[in-house]
Amino acid sequence: MSNADLRGNRPLSPHLQIYKPILTMVMSILHRITGAALYFGTLLLAWWLIAAAAGPSYFDFVNGLYGSILGQLVLFGFTWALVHHMLGGLRHFIWDMGAGFGTQAREWLAKATIIGSVALTLILWVIGYAVR
Amino acid sequence: MTDMRTPLNIVRGLGSAKEGTDHFWKQRLTAVANVFLISFFVILVISMQGSTHGELIETLRNPLVSIVLLLVILSGVFHMKLGMQVIIEDYVHGEGIKFLSLMANTFFCVFIGFGCIFAVLKIGFGG
Repeated sequence: MSNADLRGNRPLSPHLQIYKPILTMVMSILHRITGAALYFGTLLLAWWLIAAAAGPSYFDFVNGLYGSILGQLVLFGFTWALVHHMLGGLRHFIWDMGAGFGTQAREWLAKATIIGSVALTLILWVIGYAVR
Repeated sequence: MTDMRTPLNIVRGLGSAKEGTDHFWKQRLTAVANVFLISFFVILVISMQGSTHGELIETLRNPLVSIVLLLVILSGVFHMKLGMQVIIEDYVHGEGIKFLSLMANTFFCVFIGFGCIFAVLKIGFGG
């Protein structure tokens, strides 16, 4: 039997749009999306560090951009993506240990991830403004 | 037909790519490191809120801060390279464009990594 026969006209499994979005699935998708966002977000980190190395005037320019309303919004999203991806990662560590696969456990973990990430992000920003 | 091995025999041991769980393990290893390293970085950034360029440079010149910051960059960039590789392999199906995407992924991560490392070293060495 050749490969052509194997890839013949067989029915395909249903894709995302068929399924009702459930919390664990949304958390899984968000984990990947936040990961990809953080990937490109590192450009902001690199720019900030290189600006700091370049000198005071250029650093103040970049810092000014990051301190603007738009900059703060982007950095707020960056913080949430970071925290969410980290909590999602901790959830994966629990699964790696073979735990947390039960119906209740995985629902609880999914809720803890989203509630925890939003709460922790807000707390971090409150602290950030407080120490300013 | 030169290969007389059965499909099962091909994937036994380290599998057809001969890498086994290497990718998975490195991904998890850097993930564990990132939990601590990125937490350090977030705390560092928060503690530097409202400080001037001079104050930031003074903090980054502390060797301990420099070294941990370099580890943040190293572990973070490695982790994101592995992660983006999985995303590309999942969604990009054409052989040519997949190959180019995987190369671009490596180039981007190396560029970000070395850009950040250069900046931290320059500040750390007082340049």
